[in-house]
Amino acid sequence: MAEVAAPAAAFDREAAVASRRRLWTRVVIYGLLTVFSLIYIVPLIVVVMNSFRDQIEIAQNGLIAIPRSFRLDAWFQAWDTYCIAGTCEGMKRNFFNSLWMTIPATIISTLLGALNGYVLSKWRFPGSELLFTMVLLGVFMPGQIALMPWAFILGNLGLSNSVNGLVLIHVVQGLSFTTLFCRNYYVNVPDDLVKAARIDGAGFWRIFYKIILPISPPILIVTVIWQFTGIWNEYLFGVVFTSGAQQPITSALVALTAGGQTATAYDVMSAAVLIGALPPLLVYFFGGKYFVRGLTQGAIK
Amino acid sequence: MASLTIRNLRKSFGVVEVLKGVDLEANTGEFIALVGPSGCGKSTLLAMIAGLETVTSGEIYIGDRLVNSVQPKDRDIAMVFQSYALYPTMTVKENMAFGMESRGVPRAEQEKTIARVAALLQIEPFLKRKPGQLSGGQRQRVAMGRALVRDPELFLFDEPLSNLDAKLRVDMRTEIKKLHQRIGKTTIYVTHDQVEAMTLASRIAVMHQGEVQQFADPDTVYNRPANTFVAGFMGSPSMNFIDAEITTSGGAPAVNFPLSGGGVASLPLYNGVADRAQSKKVILGIRPEHLSRQSPNNTGRQGIATMSALVEVVEPTGAETMAVLKFGDREVVGRFSPDEAPKTGENMPLAVDMTRACLFDPATTRLI
Repeated sequence: MAEVAAPAAAFDREAAVASRRRLWTRVVIYGLLTVFSLIYIVPLIVVVMNSFRDQIEIAQNGLIAIPRSFRLDAWFQAWDTYCIAGTCEGMKRNFFNSLWMTIPATIISTLLGALNGYVLSKWRFPGSELLFTMVLLGVFMPGQIALMPWAFILGNLGLSNSVNGLVLIHVVQGLSFTTLFCRNYYVNVPDDLVKAARIDGAGFWRIFYKIILPISPPILIVTVIWQFTGIWNEYLFGVVFTSGAQQPITSALVALTAGGQTATAYDVMSAAVLIGALPPLLVYFFGGKYFVRGLTQGAIK
Repeated sequence: MASLTIRNLRKSFGVVEVLKGVDLEANTGEFIALVGPSGCGKSTLLAMIAGLETVTSGEIYIGDRLVNSVQPKDRDIAMVFQSYALYPTMTVKENMAFGMESRGVPRAEQEKTIARVAALLQIEPFLKRKPGQLSGGQRQRVAMGRALVRDPELFLFDEPLSNLDAKLRVDMRTEIKKLHQRIGKTTIYVTHDQVEAMTLASRIAVMHQGEVQQFADPDTVYNRPANTFVAGFMGSPSMNFIDAEITTSGGAPAVNFPLSGGGVASLPLYNGVADRAQSKKVILGIRPEHLSRQSPNNTGRQGIATMSALVEVVEPTGAETMAVLKFGDREVVGRFSPDEAPKTGENMPLAVDMTRACLFDPATTRLI
């Protein structure tokens, strides 16, 4: 018994040290994680609370305080009746502008990106690598470089100050990213699939619809989420090329702060900001896990 | 009638010439194996027959139709890929139906064809499954099924067995042979495995560095290899090559090569081969199985030469035993039955079957 007990005691001491060390590591890790998540989440909490507080209460107790009132008025005002630059229609029109801009631009740019990626990976031609490199340049090109050319193009097409003009801009500006995503995904799809389909008598489009698209959901989800949030949150083109009733919600939010009114309506602004932030939040909320999975997953072997 | 005729076919990728004038011909119903080490151009050749690679120059005829610029789908071929290339999102049945749908075959006929092929390959239980739910061997069958639903002039196989484990590979090899005997379609089969080529093919094209080194039936390729490359590539363990010299001892021609300890081995030559040699110096090629232990029933026979050699390494494999022997400073592999197997360090009395020996010209490496 003695021989057994002695080593057991020694083992226990080491195990205790190890587990104490492990505990401290855990405390540090979770402590840091908590600090950083607070940095991200506190502003959101403040904005959410302010959107339900009374404006007078905010003025009395300051922006950051425990709510003493709960009202939905600010949300209704922000949506329907608040006056921006003389028009008292709230944000709803801008919200729908954003929707009608983001949905078509996302769908079109994703489909075109898939098609580009398919051509650049499976139907290579002399110069296709060079073309891909040039498309890639768009990924690194800041949007403001294109402001002047776009002003010229929109003017000539008669699309100035219109949601359709923004759709066109976002489709073209987004193509670099969607092409990059899809091409890199399709490069990992075995070429033999396309060869087999060609021998089976399928042409360019039939191979795309029947074979390539059905194995694409992981990358299409990534692309759609990326494009949706990117286009929804985009601000520069909206401010520059649209005004008033044509503006997407991100641009309209700026007009809200520059209202030049007597007192800053923090409650309405909070609600308006949240209305503007909801769609991308929902997309991340429901699609986030597919996003991460799609980014890390290779092609179907 | 020829199902496939290839004339002076060339292929270059930029400045790299991967096929340097290939001539090939497959008669209807024949099983042709294209065999060679990786990078020899055999897969490129197959892709060109399929229409997946363009032709740089030369001609490809399928049947009596020049197909150089015909689309793959119009070439009347079916192909089985090394990776199987099954469409991952479709069921087995949809995989088999895809080609027929593309060609507008009526649905009723599709059903009938799939049922017939599925029965032939015994894949009926998996028809509703996706490729991801199948084992390697099952995928292999489905890949063949997808080719068989078509009734083509030509079947093309691109290393179809190299993704299977050793045991399954042997089983599937037999299956392919049975299948070919049953349907009798002209088949072009690419492989790097010389055993597959030997067992399956009616004729073998041995390729190396973009050229067909020899195109002949398996027996000829094995016993009368056109050059040292073919001789070394076909057969495992490889043929032994020994630098030797032709002499005439007492009116009969023989080859001599030095043995360790200053001795010289002198083995007689047959079939008038000595007269065909351009020079005295030759390369003597002896297959491992043409060495055996001297015994009363082989030493006296016509064409059997005797010598002895030191045994360096013995490698039993069960059915037969390989031994590394010292011929002078050269190592030579012999293949013996276990009951006549040598022991390490033994000075083994050997019987060499000189009627089966090959002589090669050292300058051209061609068979003499």
